[in-house]
Amino acid sequence: MNAVRSWIRSLLLVELFQGLGLTGKLFFARKVTIRYPEEKTPKSPRYRGLHAQRRYANGEERCIACKLCEAVCPALAITIDSEQREDGTRRTTRYDIDLFKCIYCGFCEEACPVDAIVETGITEFHFEKRGEQIMTKEKLLAIGDRYEAQIAAERAADAPYR
Amino acid sequence: MVQTVVFIVLAAILVGSALGVISARNPVHSALFLVLAFVTSAGLWILLEAEFLALVLVLVYVGAVMVLFLFVVMMLDIDTDTLRQGFVRYAPLGVVVAAVVVVEIGYVVWTRKLGVTLGTPVPHAANYSNTRALGDVIYTTYAYPFELAAVILLVGIVAAIALTLRRRPGTRSQNPAKQVRVSAKRGRIRLVKMPSGHGRGGEAP
Amino acid sequence: MSELLTQLHAFWSALTTYWVSLPFGWQLTLKSLAGIVAIMLPLILTVAYLTLAERRIIGFMQVRMGPNRVGPWGLLQPFADVLKLVFKEVILPTNANRFLFIIAPVISISTAFAAWAVVPFSNGVLLSNANAGLLYILALTSFGVYGIILSGWASNSKYAFLGAMRSAAQMVSYEIAMGFALVGVLMASQSLNLNDIVLAQNGGFSHWFWLPLLPLFVIYFVSGVAETNRAPFDVAEGESEIVAGFHVEYSGTAFAAFFLAEYANMILISALAATLFWGGWLSPVQGWHFLEGTSLAFLMHTSFIWFAVKTCVFLYAFLWFRATFPRYRYDQIMRLGWKVFIPITILWLVLEGAAIVLKIPPWFA
Repeated sequence: MNAVRSWIRSLLLVELFQGLGLTGKLFFARKVTIRYPEEKTPKSPRYRGLHAQRRYANGEERCIACKLCEAVCPALAITIDSEQREDGTRRTTRYDIDLFKCIYCGFCEEACPVDAIVETGITEFHFEKRGEQIMTKEKLLAIGDRYEAQIAAERAADAPYR
Repeated sequence: MVQTVVFIVLAAILVGSALGVISARNPVHSALFLVLAFVTSAGLWILLEAEFLALVLVLVYVGAVMVLFLFVVMMLDIDTDTLRQGFVRYAPLGVVVAAVVVVEIGYVVWTRKLGVTLGTPVPHAANYSNTRALGDVIYTTYAYPFELAAVILLVGIVAAIALTLRRRPGTRSQNPAKQVRVSAKRGRIRLVKMPSGHGRGGEAP
Repeated sequence: MSELLTQLHAFWSALTTYWVSLPFGWQLTLKSLAGIVAIMLPLILTVAYLTLAERRIIGFMQVRMGPNRVGPWGLLQPFADVLKLVFKEVILPTNANRFLFIIAPVISISTAFAAWAVVPFSNGVLLSNANAGLLYILALTSFGVYGIILSGWASNSKYAFLGAMRSAAQMVSYEIAMGFALVGVLMASQSLNLNDIVLAQNGGFSHWFWLPLLPLFVIYFVSGVAETNRAPFDVAEGESEIVAGFHVEYSGTAFAAFFLAEYANMILISALAATLFWGGWLSPVQGWHFLEGTSLAFLMHTSFIWFAVKTCVFLYAFLWFRATFPRYRYDQIMRLGWKVFIPITILWLVLEGAAIVLKIPPWFA
């Protein structure tokens, strides 16, 4: 009996029409595509993207060359050289992050005692030449200067959960 | 005038491709020359207002028979050297057979030409259907020969299958009918309800 | 302004006198050439937009957008694709048979286009009103196999060869089922001429052949899908196991030719399904007299637009199938063709013959 029934079912293409019905219905469904440059997915304030170095409000750079980030970096992407400045404070003379080595784990940010090195929510960046992937101190500070408002807002939004 | 030119061109291609069939070294090329010969002869038949036969020639011979031919020729790795062995030995016999065929064809054509006075053919009216005319004779006057030919072909198919079909033991063949009939509801999957935390992995935490 | 008009008029009259002075053979040749161009250009444009429609419709069925960047709604995407393909290099594989390798896509595309000679677009509007139009189409579609087989063999590649073998066997098998389905149509219409076949379906959509020949209609269309090597019968391409089948080794314009041929064949199969089973250019509401005098009366006219709409419905079905069904296994394809379709068509032909003898109205009266 079952054989006859399934025979008739397959002859009437019942299951095929069910499948067509499903795709036919989905044809009119709301599309999940996000049209990227115009539309973007919401991002968490904890998002770990491009690095930046911050300054204090008076314009003094935060980094004190403690090298904790260099030590904690699992990808060995950070290289730091330091020296004493005329005013007696210790500062970096070189602070390079190789973004090809970096795995964007955020450990440097966690390790930093003065919140100098941070990872911003910026994802839209690229390199056009070899060597450009090395983020020097100047570049990092420039990014920090440019996006300070955004960086501060992200920290503030995440502060209650820390 | 135009028809004569078309005829000469088609006939030249036909003869050339027929020569190509027997002279090409690569068997695939031979088969393709044969296809060309079929197509050009179909063109000749269209010139004779026999469009049904022409199209059926293309449909059956070009579309089916030669495809299977090519299929086989391409699949087999034919060693042309062994095929060429003994060419000189059998050549005289071949020449004799060819001569006999030529003489026979020439004789038939010659006597027909002499015996029957062919009037100039009258072109058919525009609504004349070759297909209908052919159907009218095939299913009335020549019904028995036609059916007999069909039965002989059928016997040929059955015989070929019977000769080559053998059930080899131990093959793991699939039964598509059975596969189609499977269903999740009938014995394919067993859904088991279990209280959580009472699996085989020991006590729940 | 009026000067320009008089000049144009003079030019036109000169042209007409020149036309009349031409010998009949030349007139016929020029007319045929004009007809060929008038069919080819829209057809190529349709192919271009069919590729876009395919990507967008399948995208929609997969709950995404599809290409929508080039031009408004992606309308210029086909041209971008064509530009890309045209500027790519045609690579000839090592040890490939040069002549056959080049001629294979040409065979594919020319058979796909040549079949359009007998398709009626409206009453009497067709390039060649051949008596054996249906046979001509069958013969040409069967000739299209050669493009695939030759490309597979001439490429000197295992994948291409396997694809060619598969598609050759598949097309030959499904041609039989398709041929039987068409025999049903010509039994019902008593003609091989496509124009006459449409005229035989005169009188509303219940008079069309799809109703009395429903199994043949379904089998014809499914065989058509198999014949064009489209999903779910696209084992000849079989990306997952033989990369792209018969056209693995083709690139640039040669590949574009295969692409064009495949889509032109899809449109041909759809147009034939519309012509043979859905009454071609006839209106579906023909004979609905209560529509007369209302604003919907224009729907009752027979027109090319009906033909185009019906063709589009079938084309949509092609894409719908591709978005819905997983690919058949090869032995299942063969089983379906030989053990399911052919017996059903033969059975239905016998029933139809009985119906014709008994003169069952309204179709066979």
